[in-house]
Amino acid sequence: MSATSRIAPPRGGLDAFPAPSRATTIRRIVWLAIALVAVLALPWFVYPPVAMDIAAWALFAMSVDLLLGYGGLLSFGHAAFWGSSAYFTGWIASHLGLPFPLAILLGAVAAMVLAVPIGLLSVRRSGIYFAMVTLAFAQMIYFVANQASVVTGGENGLQGVPKTFFGIEAIETESFYFYYAAIPIIIFGAFACWRIVHSPFGRVLSGIRDNPARVRALGYDVERYKLIAFVLSAGIAGLAGGVFAISHGFVSLQEVDWTTSGKVVLMTVLGGMGTLWGGAIGAAIIVLLEDYLSSAGFDGIGIITGAIFIVCVLLFRKGVWGTVAGLVERIRGRLPARRRPDPDDGIDAPDSVTATDTPHDESQSEAPR
Amino acid sequence: MSAQPAVDATDVVLRTHGLTKVFRGFTAVDAVDLEVRRGTVHALVGPNGAGKTTLFNLLSGFLKPTSGTIEHEGRDITGRQPEEIAHLGIARSFQITSLFDKLTARQHLELALGSPTGIGYRFWRSEKRLARFEGRAMELLDEVGMADQANREVGHFAYGQKRAVELALALALDPSLMLLDEPTAGMGVEDVDRTIALIARIARGRTVVFVDHNMHVVGSLADRVTVLQQGAVLVEGSYDEVRTDPKVITAYLGQSHV
Repeated sequence: MSATSRIAPPRGGLDAFPAPSRATTIRRIVWLAIALVAVLALPWFVYPPVAMDIAAWALFAMSVDLLLGYGGLLSFGHAAFWGSSAYFTGWIASHLGLPFPLAILLGAVAAMVLAVPIGLLSVRRSGIYFAMVTLAFAQMIYFVANQASVVTGGENGLQGVPKTFFGIEAIETESFYFYYAAIPIIIFGAFACWRIVHSPFGRVLSGIRDNPARVRALGYDVERYKLIAFVLSAGIAGLAGGVFAISHGFVSLQEVDWTTSGKVVLMTVLGGMGTLWGGAIGAAIIVLLEDYLSSAGFDGIGIITGAIFIVCVLLFRKGVWGTVAGLVERIRGRLPARRRPDPDDGIDAPDSVTATDTPHDESQSEAPR
Repeated sequence: MSAQPAVDATDVVLRTHGLTKVFRGFTAVDAVDLEVRRGTVHALVGPNGAGKTTLFNLLSGFLKPTSGTIEHEGRDITGRQPEEIAHLGIARSFQITSLFDKLTARQHLELALGSPTGIGYRFWRSEKRLARFEGRAMELLDEVGMADQANREVGHFAYGQKRAVELALALALDPSLMLLDEPTAGMGVEDVDRTIALIARIARGRTVVFVDHNMHVVGSLADRVTVLQQGAVLVEGSYDEVRTDPKVITAYLGQSHV
């Protein structure tokens, strides 16, 4: 084999995938601006408490996507973190009189602390076993929340959680203004998700999702990475749950119920796994739909959301966001139906071996993709 | 045995003693004593089901031995985790190409090079930080003849190119021992010859253990050959010694490639 002596990598040009071009950067900024405007305009178009629900569920779905879409870990017990943070936040806000952002922060920290032992025991498994172990732990949390009625209010819930915010009455009493006081927490959480996904840690995590054995053979402690991802995800779910608790002024057992875990997975998958944005879209669709159906007096919400879920999983495997993004890409001519054509394949590979046979491709892990 | 003049023939990088793996009563690897000397290329051959891949999985920590020990550089590493073994300088490649389709060749190398530094834990940093390994990544890609493909996603690579990236990944761990599991599996004749040349080149001054079914590959590369049958060592010696051994001929009878 003749050795190549070209050490300098070809920068720019068609091949330069890692260095984002200027157009990509501009496109990214435009998307961010659109998203920010949408988030800020939301309470003008939607009843503000519902807008807050959308934002909280959106962040919750992003936290699940961090694990599911990027780590390949389907947590079916994320209500444990959303709900326990909701209780902690509610209790702290009620009893310590702290400003609500601080209460939410402490609630999220509590969720992360809780996630350490749960994570330690569940990240040893993957696939369906991981889902079942997390579900089992979440059910234990539900049991504890139900029993510890002195603190949680049990079946009656934790009532009268105040929106303490430095005595600013508009924020403390009007949901419209509260939205703007609370939304920075959601935006911070969304930014944290984005940062984690696009960090060296995120790179390793995606590798673990695709092929854990490969990543281990490179010297990475896969279980520790999964655990860190789990704890980070729990913290972000905790932020979302805290906002939800303050917004409603009330925490019920519903927050730690397994249906809440199921609902957030549904949102994530509906919107599109592995996209982060998808979770937000999925949350918006489900929350708005539920709000519309319940205000129309329709009882069988589950039938509608379930049906949507089934249709989505069967027809749009990449979810709403993934499908739309795929269409946009295709229209822009970058991505034909399955695989980008590669003019270099087999032609421009002088210094490397060319395949005549590519039999092995099912090396990818059991992770949902 | 082909002599490596500068190398002490007693300098053993890897030694197993009575290494055994039993799966529910089936002995996949049976009391294997193996010595890999520094600077040699050592082939493990044997019919299908002879326990070659299981042995590899034991050596790289993906399986725990039922009994027996593994020593690396005189240190007992039996029962260590795969990631610890990687850090000790035993790099393995996989029989089935296991790369990440969405990453470029260079990003693969950056991932491997970043492993001992702990940069992977930095979830609060931009992934652009990984670019600090770019220089070394490009050197390694150059070593396997892939420098000009560095910035392409490996999902678009031809099979042989993927194998070359796998080799570069193993090199990235700066290994004292490389374990290559069927480096030419599934390749056409021309690719096999290129890969032989590539492995011969990167094996210079390094210690390599590889598994291959292709006797042409084994004959071209191996200083030392261990023949396994039903999990146990049948014969060990130079390629020529092994090839003419009556026990080996019997074991392979009916297999067209000998």
